[in-house]
Amino acid sequence: MSSYEARFKVWRGDVRGGGLEDFSVEVNDGEVVLDIVHRLQATQAPDLAVRWNCKAGKCGSCSAEINGRPRLMCMTRMSVFDRADTITVTPLRGFPVVRDLVTDVGFNYQKAREVPAFVPPAGLGPGEYRMMQEDVDRSQEFRKCIECFLCQDTCHVVRDHEENKTAFAGPRFLMRVAELDMHPLDAAAGTGVDRARAAQDEHGLGYCNITKCCTEVCPEGIRITDNALIPLKERAVDRKYDPLVWLGSKIRRRTP
Amino acid sequence: MPVVDRQEWDVVVVGAGGAGLRAAIEARERGARTAVICKSLFGKAHTVMAEGGIAAAMGNANEHDTWQVHFRDTMRGGKFLNQWRMAELHAQEAPDRVWELETWGALFDRTKDGRISQRNFGGHEYPRLAHVGDRTGLELIRTLQQKIVALQQEDHRETGDYESRLKVFQECTVTRILKTGPDGGSATEDRVGGVFAYDRETGRFFVLEAPAVVLATGGIGKSFKVTSNSWEYTGDGHALALLAGAPLLNMEFVQFHPTGMVWPPSVKGILVTESVRGDGGVLRDSGGRRFMFDYVPDVFKEKYAESEEEADRWYEDPDHNRRPPELLPRDEVARAINAEVKAGRGSPHGGVFLDVSTRMPAEVIRRRLPSMYHQFKELADVDITAEAMEVGPTCHYVMGGIAVESDTAAARGVPGLFAAGEVAGGMHGSNRLGGNSLSDLLVFGRRAGGHAAGYALDPARRRPQVAESQVNAASAEALRPFSAETEGEAGPPENPYTIHQELQQTMNDLVGIIRREGEMEQALHRLAELRVRARRAGVEGHRQFNPGWHLALDLRNMLLVSECVARAALERTESRGGHTREDHPAMDRAWRNVNLLCTLAGPAAALAAGDPARGQIRLTRETTDPIRPDLLALFEKEELVKYLAEEELYE
Amino acid sequence: MATGTEPQQNSGGVRSGARAAITAPHLRTDRWWLAPAVTAAGLFAFVVYSTWRAFANAHYYAAPYVSPFYSPCLADNCRPMHAGPNANLFGGWWGLSPAIIILIFPLGFRLTCYYYRKAYYRSFWASPPACAVAEPHRTYTGETRFPLILQNVHRYFFYAALLVAGVLTYDTVLAFRDTHYRWGHMGLGTLVFLANIALIWAYTISCHSCRHIVGGKLKHFSRHPVRYRAWQFVGRLNARHMQLAWASLLSVALADFYVYLVASGVFDDPRFF
Repeated sequence: MSSYEARFKVWRGDVRGGGLEDFSVEVNDGEVVLDIVHRLQATQAPDLAVRWNCKAGKCGSCSAEINGRPRLMCMTRMSVFDRADTITVTPLRGFPVVRDLVTDVGFNYQKAREVPAFVPPAGLGPGEYRMMQEDVDRSQEFRKCIECFLCQDTCHVVRDHEENKTAFAGPRFLMRVAELDMHPLDAAAGTGVDRARAAQDEHGLGYCNITKCCTEVCPEGIRITDNALIPLKERAVDRKYDPLVWLGSKIRRRTP
Repeated sequence: MPVVDRQEWDVVVVGAGGAGLRAAIEARERGARTAVICKSLFGKAHTVMAEGGIAAAMGNANEHDTWQVHFRDTMRGGKFLNQWRMAELHAQEAPDRVWELETWGALFDRTKDGRISQRNFGGHEYPRLAHVGDRTGLELIRTLQQKIVALQQEDHRETGDYESRLKVFQECTVTRILKTGPDGGSATEDRVGGVFAYDRETGRFFVLEAPAVVLATGGIGKSFKVTSNSWEYTGDGHALALLAGAPLLNMEFVQFHPTGMVWPPSVKGILVTESVRGDGGVLRDSGGRRFMFDYVPDVFKEKYAESEEEADRWYEDPDHNRRPPELLPRDEVARAINAEVKAGRGSPHGGVFLDVSTRMPAEVIRRRLPSMYHQFKELADVDITAEAMEVGPTCHYVMGGIAVESDTAAARGVPGLFAAGEVAGGMHGSNRLGGNSLSDLLVFGRRAGGHAAGYALDPARRRPQVAESQVNAASAEALRPFSAETEGEAGPPENPYTIHQELQQTMNDLVGIIRREGEMEQALHRLAELRVRARRAGVEGHRQFNPGWHLALDLRNMLLVSECVARAALERTESRGGHTREDHPAMDRAWRNVNLLCTLAGPAAALAAGDPARGQIRLTRETTDPIRPDLLALFEKEELVKYLAEEELYE
Repeated sequence: MATGTEPQQNSGGVRSGARAAITAPHLRTDRWWLAPAVTAAGLFAFVVYSTWRAFANAHYYAAPYVSPFYSPCLADNCRPMHAGPNANLFGGWWGLSPAIIILIFPLGFRLTCYYYRKAYYRSFWASPPACAVAEPHRTYTGETRFPLILQNVHRYFFYAALLVAGVLTYDTVLAFRDTHYRWGHMGLGTLVFLANIALIWAYTISCHSCRHIVGGKLKHFSRHPVRYRAWQFVGRLNARHMQLAWASLLSVALADFYVYLVASGVFDDPRFF
């Protein structure tokens, strides 16, 4: 077991201002960045604000930016850094800061409310649902999401353009739309909700330019862009931009 | 004293894990305006950590499975100390609660014919756990969260406000349950009036007035050093109930999960799901021997395999073979590992080996146990498809909790207070089976929410009045850590982090997995010292998102709960389930029908003023109701003889 | 170019009011600029090369090989290729290089391809240059408006690309002849063409639109087992879409260059049999 002193720069402050503060702190074998932040709290900065919970990469609370990259602090092992490196930890830069490493992620909860919920199929009671594994695989991948909001943070559509936040739901919630659209028993269509069309018209799918940063930062390894966003774009094309599909559906509707 | 913002609600749910959210959904659907308060962000509750699945006798994997079999397994697992009525309701209602989740959008893994797939788990006779890979807890939380959002969308359509009937106050902590005192409502009333809470982000205090409060705060693991529990598990609900005058039940029963990670130190305690064993993982000592065959207790002899060959056949053909002893209930496995390590046959870092790498192809491991693979790879740099894991016991769950009425989940002695989930006691007896916690959350969360709503909306009851003096007392208590230095008490201000670490060490060493009388007495002394020092726990900075302050406030709860565990453990002179006494190693049938109840020794308000060295908890014994004959009839006589006292058998 | 842009002070980005007060546009310490720089260099090199070759209107046929840039050849001014991909649809009025007529389609396919979009948005448009690196643009509307909303026609270019790939397959078959158009022969060029056509097909089939059309649009795979398997197959290829995009870009340029070298007499195609 070996330990060493690491140099850290941690952003401290609140909405009124702040800056990077230097720390020198002990690091032991096998530790992750969150351990170091906790050690800072216990020994040098008891009021250092940080959000965390499970410390096992399952709850998605301890999102921050480490050396400029959006990551979970609990899943960033210290061994990936050179011992001589200075490690910079800042709050997520895509959201308003609350204090130190804690940001206001309310944007995400607001967007969650804008996606129409799962609509249960009429005529099927509890216990009568039958779904095949191959039909639920796709949505299950998206349901692995731990809502760490790293994708929402890194997506340049809103990270670099605050004004887009009203029009754009962000990768996490576009993926939620895809999840529901691919759910084998979702009956939203029967209630007049066209999820793929809504993705384009109401949730801002068109803003996505598929540059894949959401996929790059996802700690769960969900292939957000390839499996959710692009398929959703293709489904939106079916509804809005493809005259052949439009014609086909017209003809099919006429001959039931 | 600053004016504290007050809001009126019908039902306040404290905690937003599985039980809390299920309770909130039920209360809102029954027409009660419901507020949920949680310490973390909405959707981050500790429930996400549950991996294995939800136990429910749906009979999808084995048609012989019924609620009666599930009930039997639960009682056996709990060594017959369970509130049998709770175990009965739980086994009966669990399937409906799981199916209901599907109608809210949950996507469980499927069987070939499209039903919910069910997997094997320790202590369950049939494959019974509905699951989604090894992230079932996440699916449960997300489904309930999304159902809440769906209800809010409904309210938005009707009222224009998402939060008009159901609101989540996230990142807020409740420090007191407020009651209608003699100076509040009528002189005779002593019922719940609401909660006092602070917003972690701003440090602002607020009061939610409500006739009914549901506690769903989870467990107490953060009082122990090695634990699978998150920082939220500081026993808040247990302490709030005590302070409100409700008793806690059987707090000596703390489950140590047999397989927590032991290396590296920073992840010590993090859980390795039981499905690793359910899917074929085996435990070995440093010599490579499968030692669990040596640890099958007499009461389980007929149910478990005696040879490796038979055990291995069981995975393919469970109907004609007995199950491997790795799948014994958790308490047995934890004790076995503890004994192996003590005997010097442990792994390099003080655990034993849990091996799947030699039992399944790498590809199968990655498919069946994706998040375990991920967890070891990312956190410990161990490839579980190539080498064995090192595991050891970790504090996981408290079976004890608030004493509640079985049917209504109402806390005893405090009208308007309800409890569900881990914070409630009784359901699991002395030891909980894996998979029974998620179903417990759903079954009793729903019951608590429904009965709380019924209670709150009862037109015969007037809305409670909460006196300003109570609110002021609660604010003063919450602000204490900021003025610890200036109060001029004996000694310098204490660092709350240091006190917390010492508390965890004390509980782990002296009231841990194997208990001895002398050590527990020593623990009570240390707890008294820590209580004195905790009163001087001071913090720097201001109230805005200040973790030092939050911890200083949580210490009160952890100290109260720790004392309950230590006192009850000292009192119970037998070994049963999650309570193992080295000086009383056998299970004693005479203790089978004895419950230990903890109550606050003095009036709640005196907590701050009294002599902190004096114990705060009073312990009483209570005899349980006899098990209903039709339920007893589900068991063979020979089995009952092992558990029940003579007079119980022949009644 | 991506690497050189200094982000301007934008009002709505990471330096906007309520965000953590950090002035640096990014705090990344790794070589984040490398990937966009390499991408930009690679794409730029191809554009230069293909522009030269497309406008050259020469050295695109060396029996039995026809350059993939000039196939099918649709104008009157095409070189007659024995049983080759000549189809004089445009007649005599077309005076420019015939490559330009047909290259529109593969160009459109790649320009609207989901992978290439990522590549050039990042490397040429710096939108964003790399993850969590501030982009230099004051406003951003993505693919919501003209002209970028036209990216949604990708599937039509996919259909066209299928036809072009079909013609190139025909050309590859023709490559099994010798210089005198007798069948059953192979040269080094045949191998180059085989490798190229394999990569072209793999890239074309791995297209996201293709994945959607063969099965991705379905709600219930269990009711369409054949399409489900097709979707799985395309999905596996699709996971390699980026690699295939680059490999096929390189191979098509190489195939053309090979024809150029042989046609311009730099060397003779080594014949195997």
